[in-house]
Amino acid sequence: MKDEVTSREERIENLKGMGCSRKRVEDARFTQGKGNYVDDIKLDGMLFGDFVRSPYAHAKIVNIDTSAALEVPGVLAVLTAKDLEPLGLHWMPTLAGDRQMVLADGKVLFQGQEVAFVVAVDRYAAADGIEAVEVEYEELEVLVDPFKAMKSDVVLRPDTVAEDGSPAAGAHGPRKHHNHIFTWEAGDKGPTFETIDNAEVVAEETMYYHRTHPCPLETCGCVASMDKVNGKLTLWGTFQAPHAIRTVVSLISGIEEHNIRVISPDIGGGFGNKVGAYPGYVCSVVASIVTGKPVKWIEDRMDNLMTTAFARDYHMTGRVSATREGKITGLHCHVTADHGGFDACADPTKFPAGFMNICTGSYDIPTAFLQVDGVYTNKAPGGVSYRCSFRVTEAVYFIERMIEVLAIELNMDAAELRRINFIKKEQFPYKAALGWEYDSGDYHTAWDKALKTVDYEGLRAEQAQRVEDFKAGKTRSLMGIGLSFFTEIVGAGPVKNCDILGLGMFDSCEIRIHPTGSAIARLGTISQGQGHATTFAQILASEIGLPADSITIEEGDTDTAPYGLGTYGSRSTPVAGAATAMAGRKIRAKAQMIAAYLLEVHDNDVEFDVDRFVVKGAPEKFKTMKEIAFAAYNQAIPGIEPGLEAVSYYDPPNMTYPFGAYICVMDIDVDTGLPEIRRFYALDDCGTRINPMIIEGQVHGGLTEALAVALGQEIAYDDMGNVKTGTLMDFFLPTAWEVPNYETDYTVTPSPHHPIGAKGVGESPHVGGVPCFSNAIQDAFRPFGNRHTNMPHDHWRIWKTANELGLHD
Amino acid sequence: MSKKQHYKITVNGKEEEFLAEPRELLIYTLRERLNITGPHIGCETSHCGACTVTIDGKSVKSCTMFVAQADGKKITTIEGIGGPDNLHPLQTAFKEHHGLQCGYCTPGMITRAKKLLEENPNPTEAEIRFGMAGNICRCTGYQNIVKSIQAAAAEMNAAKEAAE
Repeated sequence: MKDEVTSREERIENLKGMGCSRKRVEDARFTQGKGNYVDDIKLDGMLFGDFVRSPYAHAKIVNIDTSAALEVPGVLAVLTAKDLEPLGLHWMPTLAGDRQMVLADGKVLFQGQEVAFVVAVDRYAAADGIEAVEVEYEELEVLVDPFKAMKSDVVLRPDTVAEDGSPAAGAHGPRKHHNHIFTWEAGDKGPTFETIDNAEVVAEETMYYHRTHPCPLETCGCVASMDKVNGKLTLWGTFQAPHAIRTVVSLISGIEEHNIRVISPDIGGGFGNKVGAYPGYVCSVVASIVTGKPVKWIEDRMDNLMTTAFARDYHMTGRVSATREGKITGLHCHVTADHGGFDACADPTKFPAGFMNICTGSYDIPTAFLQVDGVYTNKAPGGVSYRCSFRVTEAVYFIERMIEVLAIELNMDAAELRRINFIKKEQFPYKAALGWEYDSGDYHTAWDKALKTVDYEGLRAEQAQRVEDFKAGKTRSLMGIGLSFFTEIVGAGPVKNCDILGLGMFDSCEIRIHPTGSAIARLGTISQGQGHATTFAQILASEIGLPADSITIEEGDTDTAPYGLGTYGSRSTPVAGAATAMAGRKIRAKAQMIAAYLLEVHDNDVEFDVDRFVVKGAPEKFKTMKEIAFAAYNQAIPGIEPGLEAVSYYDPPNMTYPFGAYICVMDIDVDTGLPEIRRFYALDDCGTRINPMIIEGQVHGGLTEALAVALGQEIAYDDMGNVKTGTLMDFFLPTAWEVPNYETDYTVTPSPHHPIGAKGVGESPHVGGVPCFSNAIQDAFRPFGNRHTNMPHDHWRIWKTANELGLHD
Repeated sequence: MSKKQHYKITVNGKEEEFLAEPRELLIYTLRERLNITGPHIGCETSHCGACTVTIDGKSVKSCTMFVAQADGKKITTIEGIGGPDNLHPLQTAFKEHHGLQCGYCTPGMITRAKKLLEENPNPTEAEIRFGMAGNICRCTGYQNIVKSIQAAAAEMNAAKEAAE
């Protein structure tokens, strides 16, 4: 009877439940090279498919000659749009309600676009086949600038023109121009403009949030296997949303959903890149049906950077008004959004610009207005949420830059300006001017803690001295203090306003307790490195009183996992985590009845205590969850059916709103443009903390991706629509050498509507980090007249800023 | 397509003989021909290091080496560094210090770190960061990778001292 001598503290410790830094169960296989990623899958007779891609950004396709390719040894088939058209698969729906060519249908709209799919016995034969496909192109005028596209006579998409020649309505309402996709508005235009027009102080700024790419280390890919005997299609792939992919595949192929099994194996990072549906998936499925063999498609790095899922590319203009004392009175934001050749954003249907309307940030702004215009250009489609909830990085960058610009306009300290405008603790739940209801927050406490920890006043004094020394010729280095206070909006989301292609954005968990007191739980999400197998077991351990080490977590197989919308937008903990807790509580409710029966008392006379039910007032009388599990299966209990299982589909009542305070201290060499990060302090409030070790790891990683985006990472095009950053030679991914050590900190403000109060953390550091790094650069040059410069702040651009400010004279 | 040639390589102590086109890249030989899937493909331009293996005592990115160049050589991959019954201190340390998330870079990372510690058993933090700069991780921000390597180094040095 070990239980009786074990202290309550030891029993809690044994569970490894919420709040402990449990080591990850995933790591054994990954550290031994035994992960199972999609490219590791090998099936008998498996073929390999790869694309002929367009070298032009905009061209008519005059002819495709596949005859020579079909003569290449090892090549079995070459698919073109003509082969897909009879099946209705030459175009496919995008998640944003638009359509996208699977294979070039008469023309191409961006460099790297898929033109033909070569199916061969292996990668080498496929590459040989690609070389032998002859495509005759007729070049067309290229539009890479969305502002020019909105004025051009060149029609990028013939399907945007109505029969009478006027722009046809799109998925999100009328078009202003044939290259225009949608206009989306939030807030009150009239009152906002009136407030700003009559304000004491107005700061205006135009900024470009450049195009970049999530670039997970593993590219996208899949293996499609059509079993013609049983009529079953199995599709393994790098899917952040396996169930959504199954539904989409069913809808476009006509194969019934029960005959499709989608499996996401281990995924080598996602960051939003692996949410959408790509032509490679469709072509692999078709090729498998045509050849009767499994077909694998794996992007190479250039394919990945050039074609699947860019992020950002927002041209933003802002006006913020305030009193002379610095109290913000109104905010106006206009965005021209470059979506490339197809609108393939992965946003909830009703939000064509995602949650850009969180752009009032952490501030109590009485009136605001947002307008977003989506535009087609000759660039790759995408517009995904790169390590953020839908367009939230753009929104937070916008407001955190506008605050800095307003501080300049007011000649005020930017930390103080933030403080006097924060939403106050007692204002939560807070209804923001652009529509959202923030669940909880305590911004002042977090901000004060952050400023105090870094000795903000001391830093400002040091910076002032540095400016003096610089002017006196004693140093060539400037000091920048980057501030950022962000509020995220994650956990999409309530089915009443969040769906993707009509699929409600709930999530799910199904638990099966085994007779000897261990368990398996399956979820509708899929980990890409976040450690779900570790943390979800911790939630359950605390909820059902069985040790996390005795709970297996399984995700990603649509034949076994309950339906869910997957992992992106920091939605796993807020939505599936909630489902897990709720399913756990159903288990506990049944366990309570069983315990009461076993202890021969009324249901209400027992209470849950860590890992057992005890008789109220008599703690020596108890039944452990392990004993209860055994009884559930093996003892006839009147009125209770055998077994111990539960399922929960959780439709969240609201989003969650994690927040944080970040401060970066940088030294910048004005002659080389080299920034050196001296200190980075990150305070995150993600509500209840499930696993502090994993939270810290997420913060380190998110900040590093923020550093990348702020300091150099971009997908750049020339005027001909050529991608200039298509390999890791040109596309900046920081190495250990460029990355600093981060200091992490936290406050805890639980979400009031989430069963365990957790808010999600994976994306916060990216969202808050980008403006923090950027603000540090801009702040260093503020004493010399800098107001705003666009990212990415690579060495050359920083040098150029210094040069334009006359610092090299 | 060119004529197949005869090659012999030793991988994780096992001799392998086969016919292959000389243009075949070593990572392909390992992953597709020999089913050694620990090393991964991340960039195919020698930048990311997911494909790192050790060849005749040097860290090599196997995605940009032809199988012809590897003929007759001894190759070690993550599978040859440690398994369930003989975990290498680096494998233990990476788990202990949360030095990985998605796991895709991890085999290359550990393979490189092992070589680094052989070359320099007592590296400073800067030496670790510089020595690991050929291996990209998109998830961890490197802080815990550095910590893992420091911990493994300490453990290996202590074990060595105890043995002496």
